[in-house]
Amino acid sequence: MIAEKNITPKLVVRDLNFFYGEYRALKDINLTIPEKMVTAFIGPSGCGKSTLLRTFNRMYQLYPKQKATGEILLDGNNLLDKRQDLNMLRAKVGMVFQKPTPFPMSIYDNIAFGVKLYEKLSRHDMDERVEWALKKAALWNEVKDKLKQSGTGLSGGQQQRLCIARAIAVKPQVLLLDEPTSALDPISTAHIEKLIDELKEDFTIVIVTHNMQQAARVSDFTAYMYMGDLIEFGDTSTVFTNPKRKETEDYITGRFG
Amino acid sequence: MQTLLREARLKRQNILDIVFRNMTRVSAFAVLALLTAILASLVIGSMPAIKAFGFNFLSSSEWDPVNENFGALVPIIGTLATAGIALVIAIPVSFGIALFLTELSPQWMRRPLGIAVELLAGIPSIIYGMWGLFVFAPLFADHIEPWINEHIGPLPMIGPYFSGPPMGIGILTAGIILSIMVIPFITSVMRDVFDVVPTLLKESAYGLGSTTWEVMWRVVLPYTRIGVVGGVMLGLGRALGETMAVTFVIGNANELSGSLLMPGNSISSALANEFTEAVGDLYTASLVELGLILFFITFVVLSIARFMLYKLGQKEGH
Amino acid sequence: MFSLYNRRRLINFISLGVSILAMLFGLFWLGWILLTLLEHGLPGLTPALFSKMTPPPGSDGGLLNAIAGSLMMTVLGTLIGTPIGILAGTYLAEFGQRGWLAPITRFINDVLLSAPSIVIGLFVYEVYVVHVKHFSGWAGALALSIIVIPVVIRTTENMLRLVPNTLREAAAALGAPQWKVINFVTLRAARAGIITGILLAVARISGETAPLLFTSLNNQFWNGDMDKPMANLPVVIFQFAMSPYEDWQHLAWAGALLITFSVLTLNIVARVMFRQNSNHH
Repeated sequence: MIAEKNITPKLVVRDLNFFYGEYRALKDINLTIPEKMVTAFIGPSGCGKSTLLRTFNRMYQLYPKQKATGEILLDGNNLLDKRQDLNMLRAKVGMVFQKPTPFPMSIYDNIAFGVKLYEKLSRHDMDERVEWALKKAALWNEVKDKLKQSGTGLSGGQQQRLCIARAIAVKPQVLLLDEPTSALDPISTAHIEKLIDELKEDFTIVIVTHNMQQAARVSDFTAYMYMGDLIEFGDTSTVFTNPKRKETEDYITGRFG
Repeated sequence: MQTLLREARLKRQNILDIVFRNMTRVSAFAVLALLTAILASLVIGSMPAIKAFGFNFLSSSEWDPVNENFGALVPIIGTLATAGIALVIAIPVSFGIALFLTELSPQWMRRPLGIAVELLAGIPSIIYGMWGLFVFAPLFADHIEPWINEHIGPLPMIGPYFSGPPMGIGILTAGIILSIMVIPFITSVMRDVFDVVPTLLKESAYGLGSTTWEVMWRVVLPYTRIGVVGGVMLGLGRALGETMAVTFVIGNANELSGSLLMPGNSISSALANEFTEAVGDLYTASLVELGLILFFITFVVLSIARFMLYKLGQKEGH
Repeated sequence: MFSLYNRRRLINFISLGVSILAMLFGLFWLGWILLTLLEHGLPGLTPALFSKMTPPPGSDGGLLNAIAGSLMMTVLGTLIGTPIGILAGTYLAEFGQRGWLAPITRFINDVLLSAPSIVIGLFVYEVYVVHVKHFSGWAGALALSIIVIPVVIRTTENMLRLVPNTLREAAAALGAPQWKVINFVTLRAARAGIITGILLAVARISGETAPLLFTSLNNQFWNGDMDKPMANLPVVIFQFAMSPYEDWQHLAWAGALLITFSVLTLNIVARVMFRQNSNHH
């Protein structure tokens, strides 16, 4: 079914290596992430899946002693290039984190914060944008009467959807989700999984998850990683039902370790 | 169009980033510059005295404004003696308070008592001085000093240090007032430092049947030794540099007397009392040199204190 | 075996008793000092205290000029010291991971935090008063600001370090430039703690006497000109208390009461405020 869908590469990873100081955390990764689909990275903790995700918006550059070599092409442009402007890149590649990270400001300002960075909108347009983002994140109905209240007062699941709304309000092309439901209850998790399914209409989504069922439920493609190596990559149904590699099968069937 | 606009904004943001980063960096650098400037200004200010007296300044007990002959020995000894007395009293008391607050006190009392101790640190030092002069010193002279004279005075060795007229003011009084001032500082560092001890370590000791005291003395204290010493040094730094509390009660006498009950002088109180009234370059320069010596001593003591506290911090990190 | 156990229990009992005594010892001084202040200071708390100038010996007066001078210099000192302190603290917490400047600054700052305040006064005297050739309110404010800076640097850095990294990452992930991340997200998240630090710094300098002795000195009259010697509570208290005149000593006690309770109130407000805010999150 997926094969029939038109596949355009969005992110192309070539010979990517990543270092925490001396430690090599990613080893010669090669991978193509298709546009407007959901790609999941799975693997045991410490396998490098989050590290790989954080190279796509160069989040690692906040920290000294971390560096990446190789190429990551976003629409054909190498984003690891030194000349690539970081803030511009991050406006194109949004990210949502493991734990909700509402800023210490109102719900409205949380969303407007990112938008204001790159666009000068009229009051009216900004209101529309905030509403659009909150609706996309399926949060509008719950917060429309308290937009001026602090974002830190929401429940955990609501906070996480607020963060998703904040990320998509900037209208990025790619959305990185780093274990977005690991701190949430099952009901909130279901909310967000449904959301991911809707969001892929507009965005290319890459999700890191430690939960294999989640990967199976939400993703079109799956990458299995182990010890910094990309072991297997393919469309999700194949990886889960008919893995090519023994290691993948062991992990998926729980015979791992 | 859209991308052009974005790019222009982007450029401005990058410039603002650099501006902001450099503003913070310059401010951080200002702290270093401040230290250098303090040292430099004190050295320059004391040049006439340094030229006139050289190292004799440190060993001479002369302080004669009329003939312009100055030496720092009396105030240096006064500073060290008062700070020393303060520590002798403050260390055990602070340890006791820290022990009480970390191990013994019921939970609901901890916060108010902790605040009470910090209020002791919040009282301005001039209040300690006034209170010392008007309330403590008279009582001390009437009730305590006669007793000291009678019972400790005749003792061999230490006796001479504890005899003299019961005037209430003097080195001993200043030391006692200082000790009350530094107790909250040492206590607060000790409390912080004791909190560093892993709960598991304490529980293991209790698990063997140790008493509270044994856990404290044999486990907590050895584990935090370096930090405790750091805290004590911090208190010492405070005591050495304290001005107002000492100035009121030390007696301001530039003479070397063998007794702690006699008036003396400390560096900071000599400065407080004489600086604005000093006439002549050499007199002023000598006072500035006193300030330089004080800054140097406290700097060394505080550096050692910080170094030891960092050491403990590193231990915690592992 | 049994006697050994009894001996251990006895040692424990005694030492814990001593620790309780130590606690009482500390509280005893606090109580005594505060009671003394109330006893000697309360009678002096009259309207005249706040409406009249410091008098010559033997006549009536108040502390109005000293109170006003203290307020002006404290406010100015805080206004000068706080921005530098916040910026430098921000550098240590946000940019200080690499390079030599941050560790050295942190160390020096920790030392300056407890440096003798009288030396600060001496420093301002040498670099400012000597050159303009007269004592002034500006010099006093400058000396106080130098005391504010290390306190604010320390709390700013500590509070920023408590802000979780994920918050910085989340803001950076939106493409926010670093100055915006810091000013609108991290510093804002640390706001309560930083304000507490500033209040504590204000409390500290409002009671400082030593650095004002050689900078602002004193002024018997009303003075709104920062470029002239300026009266301030601590120095007035010092001079009046050390004087042989009884009415001056009474004023000194009233001033002492005033200053102590302002400082202690500031201390308590700062702590309570911080506690409420940290509970809230």
